[in-house]
Amino acid sequence: MKKNNILSIRKISIVAVAVFTLSACQKNLQENENYNRLNTETASKGTPPFAERYEQRDQMGRPAINTVFVGAMRKNEFNTTVPSQMDAAFRTEFVNKLNAFGYTTNILGLNADAFAGVLATDVLGASTTGVTTFFDGTNVLTGRALGDDVIDVELTLIFGGATGGSNPGLTSDNVNNNDKPFLASFPYMASPF
Amino acid sequence: MKKKKLLLSLAAGIIIVSGSILMAADHIDAPAVTGQASDITDVYVFRGQNTDNIVFVANTQGLLSPDATANAKFDENTMIEFNIDNNGDAVEDLVIQCVAKNGKMKVYGPFKPNEPGTTSYLGINNFTAQVDITPYGQPAIIGEQKGVKVFAGPRDDPFFFDFVRYSQIIGGTAASFNETGNDTFAGTNVLGLVVEVPKSMLGGNGSINVWAESKEKVSGR
Repeated sequence: MKKNNILSIRKISIVAVAVFTLSACQKNLQENENYNRLNTETASKGTPPFAERYEQRDQMGRPAINTVFVGAMRKNEFNTTVPSQMDAAFRTEFVNKLNAFGYTTNILGLNADAFAGVLATDVLGASTTGVTTFFDGTNVLTGRALGDDVIDVELTLIFGGATGGSNPGLTSDNVNNNDKPFLASFPYMASPF
Repeated sequence: MKKKKLLLSLAAGIIIVSGSILMAADHIDAPAVTGQASDITDVYVFRGQNTDNIVFVANTQGLLSPDATANAKFDENTMIEFNIDNNGDAVEDLVIQCVAKNGKMKVYGPFKPNEPGTTSYLGINNFTAQVDITPYGQPAIIGEQKGVKVFAGPRDDPFFFDFVRYSQIIGGTAASFNETGNDTFAGTNVLGLVVEVPKSMLGGNGSINVWAESKEKVSGR
């Protein structure tokens, strides 16, 4: 049932995005684009650039993906690979890591290759219409709230087998909450120690 | 600058337990930038107290002890950029750029970048909101302009994980987690960046994909 939910959610979003077109913001976007193109062209011609240019150093979508699945030699490479190319560049490495964990399947019914395909593109899906949570028993990967126990979710998906009930000693770290309560209102995160 | 890095490394060093390398969520996953202002520790995306809004959080400089937190600063040469894909191809259609300048955190966008990818140009025509960076020990200062809210400053690290035990398991010296876990990140802080944006600014049709990038200024003013 959970599996079906997830699959249908994924399918719905794929269909939905296919028909989506920009409309109201089109004019502003076009103006910004022109401006940015001017800056880009100026910079590329070697004249003093009008714009500040920045180059990527680190990136992150979902928690612990690079940390757990990417070997030490390629962590920097993962941090500067654009997400649309991550699957091609890293899926094999992710499959190998899953195999090393003894992975065969999980509660989503994904084999190692399919699960690696989900993991390797390191972006965080977020709903703009409903509940936003990493996993709350019903909704899957519709965001990440501050209090979500993302580690237990990931451990369960990796070690929990087809039912989520395998390897009970490995599917929860038994830390279930932050050490300080979060705030109900902006900026949501707790004051520092 | 070097002194700050030293302090941060020192702080991280103190927390490294039993020789295991401390890393989790995205804490210290980036050998090239570990402990620097561009080291992203965590990303969160959730709907706001006002459910018409989405909240973007990117935390940096993890594992700050309280002492180290007082000295931790946003680097004016580091941009934190939220990338938003609203048509499912894992290519950013919109970005929200955040840069510290003269004690303020400035927010640009959401706007459509000229080109997606690892190079970004500051969208100076897309300035949206700014806020004074909250000093350590002070109440949170909140900026709000054009419907966009922003906060920048030290916060308790919201991440929780018995990373020490996990390392022992991965290292082969333990077979399972403890019945009562020990939060490795308890009592540590991060530099928090929070931007809350009306959903109407984000496009998409019910869902978006988000990732945060840190980018270093290489040319320009």
